[in-house]
Amino acid sequence: MTQMFEMTVNGSIEQVEARASLPLIYVLRNELGLTGTRYGCGLEQCGCCMVLIDGDPAYACTRSMESIAGRAVLTVEGLGTAADLHPLQQAFLDEQAGQCGYCLSGILISAKALLDRKPNPTRAEITEALDGHLCRCGAHTRIIKAVGRAAALLRGEDPA
Amino acid sequence: MSSQDVALPASLSVNPRLDRWLKFQADETVRIATGKVEIGQGVVTALSQIAAEELDLPLDRVVMLAGDTDEGPDERYTSSSLSIMVSGASIRLVCAEARALLVARAALRLNCSPDDLSVAAGRFAVNGVPGELSYWSVAPEIDWSQAPTGNAAPKPASAYRIVGQNIPRHDLPAKLSGGAYVHDRIPAGVLHARILRQPGRGATLRSLDEAAVGRAAGAGIEIFKLANFVALIGSDEAAVETAAAAAAEHAHWDGAPDIAPAQQEAAWLEGQPSIDNLYGAPVDPAPTGRLVEATFSRPYVAHASIAPSCALALYADDHLTIWSHGQGMHPLRRNIAEVLDLPLEAITARHLDGAGCYGHNGADDAALDAAIVAVNKPGHCIRLQWRRQDEFAFEPFGPAMLVTMRVRVDDAGQPQDWTSEIWSPTHVQRPGTGSGYLLAAEALPNPPAAPVPQDPAEEAGGGGTRNAKPYYDIPNSRILHHLVTTPPVRTSALRTLGALPNVFAMEAMMDDLAAMAGTDPLDYRLAMLADPRARAVLSEAAARAGWGRRGKGGEGHGLGLAFARYKNTAAYAAVVVALSVDEAVHLEHIWVVADAGLVINPDGVRNQLEGGAVQGASWALKEQVRMAGAGVTSLDWDSYPILRFSEVPEIDAQVLNHPDLPSLGVGECAVSPTAAAIGNGVAHALGVRIRDMPLSRERIMANLLR
Repeated sequence: MTQMFEMTVNGSIEQVEARASLPLIYVLRNELGLTGTRYGCGLEQCGCCMVLIDGDPAYACTRSMESIAGRAVLTVEGLGTAADLHPLQQAFLDEQAGQCGYCLSGILISAKALLDRKPNPTRAEITEALDGHLCRCGAHTRIIKAVGRAAALLRGEDPA
Repeated sequence: MSSQDVALPASLSVNPRLDRWLKFQADETVRIATGKVEIGQGVVTALSQIAAEELDLPLDRVVMLAGDTDEGPDERYTSSSLSIMVSGASIRLVCAEARALLVARAALRLNCSPDDLSVAAGRFAVNGVPGELSYWSVAPEIDWSQAPTGNAAPKPASAYRIVGQNIPRHDLPAKLSGGAYVHDRIPAGVLHARILRQPGRGATLRSLDEAAVGRAAGAGIEIFKLANFVALIGSDEAAVETAAAAAAEHAHWDGAPDIAPAQQEAAWLEGQPSIDNLYGAPVDPAPTGRLVEATFSRPYVAHASIAPSCALALYADDHLTIWSHGQGMHPLRRNIAEVLDLPLEAITARHLDGAGCYGHNGADDAALDAAIVAVNKPGHCIRLQWRRQDEFAFEPFGPAMLVTMRVRVDDAGQPQDWTSEIWSPTHVQRPGTGSGYLLAAEALPNPPAAPVPQDPAEEAGGGGTRNAKPYYDIPNSRILHHLVTTPPVRTSALRTLGALPNVFAMEAMMDDLAAMAGTDPLDYRLAMLADPRARAVLSEAAARAGWGRRGKGGEGHGLGLAFARYKNTAAYAAVVVALSVDEAVHLEHIWVVADAGLVINPDGVRNQLEGGAVQGASWALKEQVRMAGAGVTSLDWDSYPILRFSEVPEIDAQVLNHPDLPSLGVGECAVSPTAAAIGNGVAHALGVRIRDMPLSRERIMANLLR
């Protein structure tokens, strides 16, 4: 009982045949090869699978395909590539903000949503925006600094 | 000096061929192989720095191969903060020796003295004049199968240009921009698999309503059963995941565990069947001095890796290839060969990165799960992932510990005799050691005999006893170790092993003894620490934190301090924590100062110190594995909370660099002192000592109301 869904993913129109109830994460990872969206818990508790849907953060592990039809999805691959990093990704690299890195793609997505809304966030606003994300390695302080650094980069300021 | 005079690092003795370590490649790179793997700690980048340094190569000419049974060395597990000390030392010697062999060969070719040659980016220059010869043109003339002798002298630290620099992690760009993990290998035609986990050793599957599972899946899935091992397999991952959830609902087991709630607490351990040992001074039959005694505890805690364990396996042409995020590919190959009764050479195990690993987690077990399915479905690549619930339920846990300290102090308040009595289940059940098995082995026909409990040897740092011997100058000390043999859950190595509870207890005692002696806790410690490196980290941490401003306490604000040298042989770390306590503990600032001898990558070390501090804080404040009935009941992040962004304070991590001293393992050193400094900070803030972890909201409230 599959049907065709059309959506925009990282700027490209994609047509996918899927069950209406299928969580978006499986389409992104297994059909479209966008494995930067990571499975963590399947329960909206860890944030590893965060994507933007029409600009708002959403858990790809629980969002059904039928709720995505006609919408625009942004994954970490849509930010930038390893060879051409987005300022957010560059700031994380500059701060070496990560250890295992598994949580980072979801965090980058929530940070993107924050900076789109608030170009000059305080530390408290950053931690609030990221509080739905878990990092088990303890890279939190670097991640918070990296988001602040990215904000400066995006404002065209010298982050140093 | 003859080769017999050189004590080679253990890794070189076990892998005595240069070509197991390095290979000059046609694209003018050098491939450096290590048995240690990336588990989130950045060690592969650090090892590449050591290689590039000794070979006088730019970093981009060094390609790392980490964890490969076909081509790389066997260095057992990436564990115990030993990668730089052992693999790093090996790579340094191998590369120094390779450089010497290449220079000698080039000198022959050029008819000059080796002393006339210099190397830049792998090209030889004679008396400073660059020529045509390079490492890569000379390398084919050398027999790389020869054994390393250890006779070539590595560079002096004063000549280092790459070691000691903040080199960015090689692996991060990919991890920041897309797939990078074993989880993300999804080859065309892959079959996804999940396991219906046997609830405990000896449990047998009475019934499984396969029709109900198939209906729930919503797409075609296959159920594979072999004794009590059950796998759900299919090309549609979501259907397989759904089927696995349904299978757990529709399975009935005989002989499942029956855990009483009391068993989840450390207090239950006392008096349980145990293997007892005394380490250190004999018990004094007629002790003198005032006795100070207190009991501390830590419950069962979890690795709680952010991702469920995962592995890929392919069995084709009578050869099994496994891709795993485990800590040691050579041991994994041996262990899987044994379970599947395959010859070693019929198996290749390759490491791919996974989510953060803090010890013996589910990675190896997932690899066997995948291998069992793969050998039964030849020609299909199997991608097996644990369910999140199973990750929480079946990882090997960090054991609960109950630690009683009995200290005899003299009239001046100085400890003269120190006893640490420890009740703990084992801290190592790695498969292949006789003390543990890959999990699925217990579900297969002819399961292995029950494991024989044992702990890591004292000379390796011990398990439950880790850091239980005071590093302070105390005339007599001893450890009474009760290795509890019947814990309710499987336990094994989790970052710091027993050090966290032991350091928490010891540093609490030091603070309380200092208070009894009317002495400042910092001064009290310094008076008992002859080791200048220990004194230096403590003094520096205190200075950075403004220890002098520490008041009387008892009014909700606390400043706590703690020290430990990990395993009493690895890196030194001192931690100061500023915090406040109302109904819960709020961390305000953490200062960490460490001494790890020669530091390969200072920023990488600071990252480890910061992460260690956060993880130590999380264990101290929040974490406890809950269990009842058939098993673990804390099966998600709501019931097993960890420290969140809003709870993490500013962290100031500093490294006292000693380039002239040997590197000391640094990955675990900050964890235990942070937990202990929090304990001391809470005691300072409340004027009441809380001795049982976690120092959770519930426990703080209970103590305030008492």
